[in-house]
Amino acid sequence: MKRVYPREEVCIGCHLCEIACIVEHSASKDIIKAFKAETPRPTARNLVEEEGAISFSVSCRHCNEPPCVQACISGAMVKDYQSGVVRHLEEKCMGCWSCIMACPYGVIRKNPVRKTVIKCDLCPERPIPACVEACPNRALIFEER
Amino acid sequence: MEKEQRGAGALLYYDQNQNYHDFVIERNPDKCIQCQVCLRQCSYSVHGYDERHDEMRADETRCVGCHRCEALCPTGAITIKKNPSDFRDNALWTPWHIKNIYKQAATGGVLLTGMGNPSPYPVYWDRILLDASQVTNPSIDPLREPMELRNYLGAKPDAIEIINGDELKTTFTPQIPIEYPLLFSAMSYGSINLNIHCGLARAAEEMGILYNTGEGGLHPSLYRYGRNTIVQCASGRFGVHRDYLNAGVAIEIKVGQGAKPGIGGHLPGEKIGPEISLTRMIPEGTDALSPAPHHDIYSIEELRQLIYALKEATDYQKLVFVKIAAVHNSAAIASGMVRAGADVIALDGFRGGTGAAPTMIRDNVGIPIELALASVDERLRQEGIRNQASLIVAGGIRCSADVVKAIALGADAVYIATAALIAVGCTVCQRCYTGKCPWGIATNDPYLAKRINPEIAHEKLANLIRAWGHEIQEMLGGMGINALESLRGNREKLRGIGLNEVELQILGIKHAGA
Repeated sequence: MKRVYPREEVCIGCHLCEIACIVEHSASKDIIKAFKAETPRPTARNLVEEEGAISFSVSCRHCNEPPCVQACISGAMVKDYQSGVVRHLEEKCMGCWSCIMACPYGVIRKNPVRKTVIKCDLCPERPIPACVEACPNRALIFEER
Repeated sequence: MEKEQRGAGALLYYDQNQNYHDFVIERNPDKCIQCQVCLRQCSYSVHGYDERHDEMRADETRCVGCHRCEALCPTGAITIKKNPSDFRDNALWTPWHIKNIYKQAATGGVLLTGMGNPSPYPVYWDRILLDASQVTNPSIDPLREPMELRNYLGAKPDAIEIINGDELKTTFTPQIPIEYPLLFSAMSYGSINLNIHCGLARAAEEMGILYNTGEGGLHPSLYRYGRNTIVQCASGRFGVHRDYLNAGVAIEIKVGQGAKPGIGGHLPGEKIGPEISLTRMIPEGTDALSPAPHHDIYSIEELRQLIYALKEATDYQKLVFVKIAAVHNSAAIASGMVRAGADVIALDGFRGGTGAAPTMIRDNVGIPIELALASVDERLRQEGIRNQASLIVAGGIRCSADVVKAIALGADAVYIATAALIAVGCTVCQRCYTGKCPWGIATNDPYLAKRINPEIAHEKLANLIRAWGHEIQEMLGGMGINALESLRGNREKLRGIGLNEVELQILGIKHAGA
């Protein structure tokens, strides 16, 4: 399956990937409205990790054997073996945070308002995920490996 | 990286002259989403975030006008403007001179700057027009007919002798084919970082042209691009060893540089990290100071000794370029250089860029490349030695029309460097010497250098060459010429506009209408 791969050597730590993710998952899909008018503001599903000069953007790896799916006690986290995407079904999520503890990448986050988790869904409505398209330095690659 | 901001009340504790800053930052509050991209991108710590009021702040006294924040702002909320605050009009004491005096009174130092001469001297390219064919000789359509841009650098024999009908008896010294009359000019590893060097090398390889290493040696990872590399041997001899001399297809002896004729190079110690120290063969953290002269060259005879020492060291397989800054007696020096055995003469005009130069020297020393080129070409032709060396010009070549005009004035090819940097983002803010280039070009700070992705740089540089190539073909076709070599020194194809008699005579061209 195609996944989003970060390239640490050219990531400039601008966080535009996070902004793109917020806009893509907002109600209005408009950058200014998403930030200024929508409450609560959507949470970014990717996270730029930074330490000194090193930075890279991580989001769900859509693992072949996802620990989060195994850890989920309510069947909210499912692996779609056809597309390879690890999906989160919010209506089943009870906010126990088991998946957050199980995820080795730390890329599942709490949705503070809805008391459920939030994670990358690979932008099902777009041919290329928003974060990849928004990266100004090709530090995110969407490809088959 | 320093991220601190001057807080409220800081006005009490700093030099008031800082308030005479060059730029103001306008932030549209309706568009700003407080995403802090500007804060993270600015290497001069201009932008700050006020958490309590959830708003962005700017310390405009630090802004160098590089436009990085404006370019990356996802909502287009930022506009950088010239500071409208002005001094009383005075044709002699301009704000530029006044502010410089304040700076020097505060520091006692030399005014430093980067890039090329920005002063409003005449730009002769803009006062020269090109010819085109109408009726009497047909123009050529490069989309449908062959159009030759390939060129060969190197000394050409005075005559060619053919035996047995089609066999060449004359032996040639090495020739370098270049697919476009455009070469990337010398920028050292250190003054620019490895990512840019990598982009230049890859673009040169793809387009079949050459790039110049500059005087900082050659990083081991770039030896593989040797067929497209000119290595430079400057007065500091940084990074010069046998393998380096043999790494490229040519060796350039850098005598002078257009941006700062008559003075040497200086790469500050802060820029000399472990990799650069290894490549330059100098200790980490020490300033890399190139002397103003080569201390073994005080005459044309001694230049000849170095040229032949380099040819011996490389078994006569490499071309030797000699680069000088364009100065008043360039023509006489160039004649000497050809007679000393240089295969290629590189002339660098006073608009040429640099990573660091004293402002006074950059703005006041040297001559326009257009005049130097015309006089050198003319002198070599008069002496009957123009064929013994190729001629490359550099220093403020901005577009393909400049290239065509340079070739018609007598150049074989041109060097581009500022244009190449602009292609990868440079906004010519002239602050290369700070080592904090927010575009990741003139910096070795790993946090900033990552902003140049070699892959993107390679694509953009190759695109620039490709685009200029198409335009050069169109212009040649318009003149009814189907090969670049037919344009070289063809001054009948040029006309001056608004130039006086002396200028026309030096350029060797007629006035428009004549």
